[in-house]
Amino acid sequence: MKISILNGRVLIPCERSAPKDDQHGSRADLHIADGRVIAIGDPSSSPSGVLPDGWVPDRVIDARGMLVAPGLVDLAARLREPGFEYRATLESEMQAALVGGVTALVCPPDTDPPLDEPGLVEMLKHRARGLAGAHLYPLGALTVALQGTVITEMAELAEAGCVGFSQANVAIADSQVLLRALQYAKTFGFQVWLQPQDPCLARGGIVHAGPLASRMGLPGIPVIAETVALLTILELVRVTQARVHFCRLSSAAGVALVRAAKLEGLPVTCDVSVHHLHVTDQDIGWFDANHRVDPPFRSQRDRDAIRAGLEDGTVDAICSDHTPVDDDAKALPYGEAEPGTTGLELLLPLVLKWATETRTPLARAIATITTGPAAIVGVDQMAGTGAGMLAVGAVADLMIFDPDALWTVDRNSLVSQGRHSPFLGYELAGRVMTTFVAGQPIFERV
Amino acid sequence: MIRRHPQIDGQGRLRHLLSIDGLPKAMIERVLDTASAFLDVSDRTVKKLPLLRGRSVFNLFFENSTRTRTTFEIAAQRLSADVFNLNISASSASKGESLLDTIDNLAAMNADLFVVRHAQSGAPFLIAQHLDQLGKDVHVINAGDGRHEHPTQALLDAYTIRHFKKNFTGLRIALVGDILHSRVARSNIHALTTLGVPDVRAVGPATLLPGGLESMGVRVFHDMREGLRDVDVVIMLRLQNERMRGALLPSAQEYFKHYGLTPEKLAYAAPDAIVMHPGPMNRGVEIDSAVADGPQAVILSQVTFGIAVRMAVLGMIAA
Repeated sequence: MKISILNGRVLIPCERSAPKDDQHGSRADLHIADGRVIAIGDPSSSPSGVLPDGWVPDRVIDARGMLVAPGLVDLAARLREPGFEYRATLESEMQAALVGGVTALVCPPDTDPPLDEPGLVEMLKHRARGLAGAHLYPLGALTVALQGTVITEMAELAEAGCVGFSQANVAIADSQVLLRALQYAKTFGFQVWLQPQDPCLARGGIVHAGPLASRMGLPGIPVIAETVALLTILELVRVTQARVHFCRLSSAAGVALVRAAKLEGLPVTCDVSVHHLHVTDQDIGWFDANHRVDPPFRSQRDRDAIRAGLEDGTVDAICSDHTPVDDDAKALPYGEAEPGTTGLELLLPLVLKWATETRTPLARAIATITTGPAAIVGVDQMAGTGAGMLAVGAVADLMIFDPDALWTVDRNSLVSQGRHSPFLGYELAGRVMTTFVAGQPIFERV
Repeated sequence: MIRRHPQIDGQGRLRHLLSIDGLPKAMIERVLDTASAFLDVSDRTVKKLPLLRGRSVFNLFFENSTRTRTTFEIAAQRLSADVFNLNISASSASKGESLLDTIDNLAAMNADLFVVRHAQSGAPFLIAQHLDQLGKDVHVINAGDGRHEHPTQALLDAYTIRHFKKNFTGLRIALVGDILHSRVARSNIHALTTLGVPDVRAVGPATLLPGGLESMGVRVFHDMREGLRDVDVVIMLRLQNERMRGALLPSAQEYFKHYGLTPEKLAYAAPDAIVMHPGPMNRGVEIDSAVADGPQAVILSQVTFGIAVRMAVLGMIAA
């Protein structure tokens, strides 16, 4: 199919400061043929790429007032299959991804059973392919059943399609197992994704250990649970030189440790959840279980440090940490409620909200959910897709969004089966109008 | 993201009693004044008022308690309410029924008021918000939720202090012991600071004091003699058996030596200081019998006042 997207502003993600004109996208038409971008250009001046003579598109999309950007890459989206189909299904969550403009997503291995066998990974990938939606990149379990004792057949799992190995948020208590796992992963050049949280220091914890935890009488998860785990892992990385991606940093001290590690030249990267850019422990209100997440929302100082980490490049990517939870699991006292919020459909609006609040140029903000995360998964892993890219010749995984369109987050406006969010009732700016995968407009808002 | 405290309705009336945190000073004072009027009722031969006649009060204790449940029962009966005691930990919860299903069922039995005790902090908030969302006219009183609050205990403690010390301004008050796990301590801290007590202290080992107490207006002491110096009121807290040995404390003996209230340590307090305890006491663990039975202890007065204060709360909310 030949498609011309006319009159939009084309937003090329840029991790460092872009030329001023390009910071918020520049007026350009974009043309797609055979699933690839064949030309981008200002109609009045010289476009890049060449339109064939006699170009007649099958379809013309008027993107006046809209931005045309690469499809988003989400580093953490739980699709709940296999095992938790009562919480969400692959169908519902893949659709939610497209509604949110996400064309590539990484899913953690904490399904039931966990993704610790090639057969499970192949089945999941097969199911996802059948749905013709976003590209799915599973993380394999680092240890069998995520139990932290026996390492998995990583090479087999990688052949089945795993892009890295993870414990989801089940930390390995035994440092020797962790060392062996990193050594083994390093042997094959695999990346290990770890959420840094010391399981002993976090034991029984529910909210950020701070004045609010004391006041509410809720057991706290101290910042040292994050820093002690980070220090241990960093020490192991120093020895093994294994590539480690830290998932969901939550504290100022954690960001500082990763900043220092990067300066030292250790092969580490990190991401944060988009919710942690906005929400603090003070927002929990009177035991609102919509705020129960893992890791917990921390203090305003921590939130500001996460923002500063994005500013200086310490934090490589923002993810949705999409975790659909069923109503019954949330309609419980705070301490018994399941952690997790919906995220796929909020990723873009919440990144835009952060960009607006911090005056971050759009091209730079969007890089944190496109090129930034794509670089972590690895270009070779995503070969054959346009993940994170918008360039002539690249696969057309794109989305068109209206940065100013306001919508209210409520249970009926969400496509995901996860309907819990700290932002329920909020009006947010930014709506995806069209999402393309391989040049096909597979989601269009009507 | 800040949501309204569910205990006060749109007209500023007390709809539920869930926490002292967020309860205005005037409302606390009204409870104390009302309780004072009810105290006389308990001294009469006929100890009943018709205030809640025909109303159904359900005592929902998801966690065992004899004392608090009994005092609520007596308070409700003295106001002529019909009282139903449900020991939930032994019934539906163990059959897998969810908390809100239990609540829906009991609300369908036309309850007027739930007195709730639950092991989870915030559970009474969940129940109150659920009932409000359903539009049910059922009131909720928190009779202790996890480590969070035990509002009626703080109110009866405040009543006791006012009874013996006349007013709150100028007092020095020490809370001693396991503040970390204590809902009584949290409610007391909010009540006392709200009522204008200028010097509220928390005394205990670092393992039993939560962080951030200073932000609640409390001074922290690890040395009990220092902490008790010149105080007018000592509130001792119960040390749960399961916390006496482990990573928090090495032994009950060592705890008693450093944080047990003995006549020798009490001598550091003001000569007319009163000693309070929410009960049940562990003699020889947090308090020496010589103090518990001594002239400065007002522990049994607390129990008597507790009935009047709970009558006041029930009356203000449900009448």
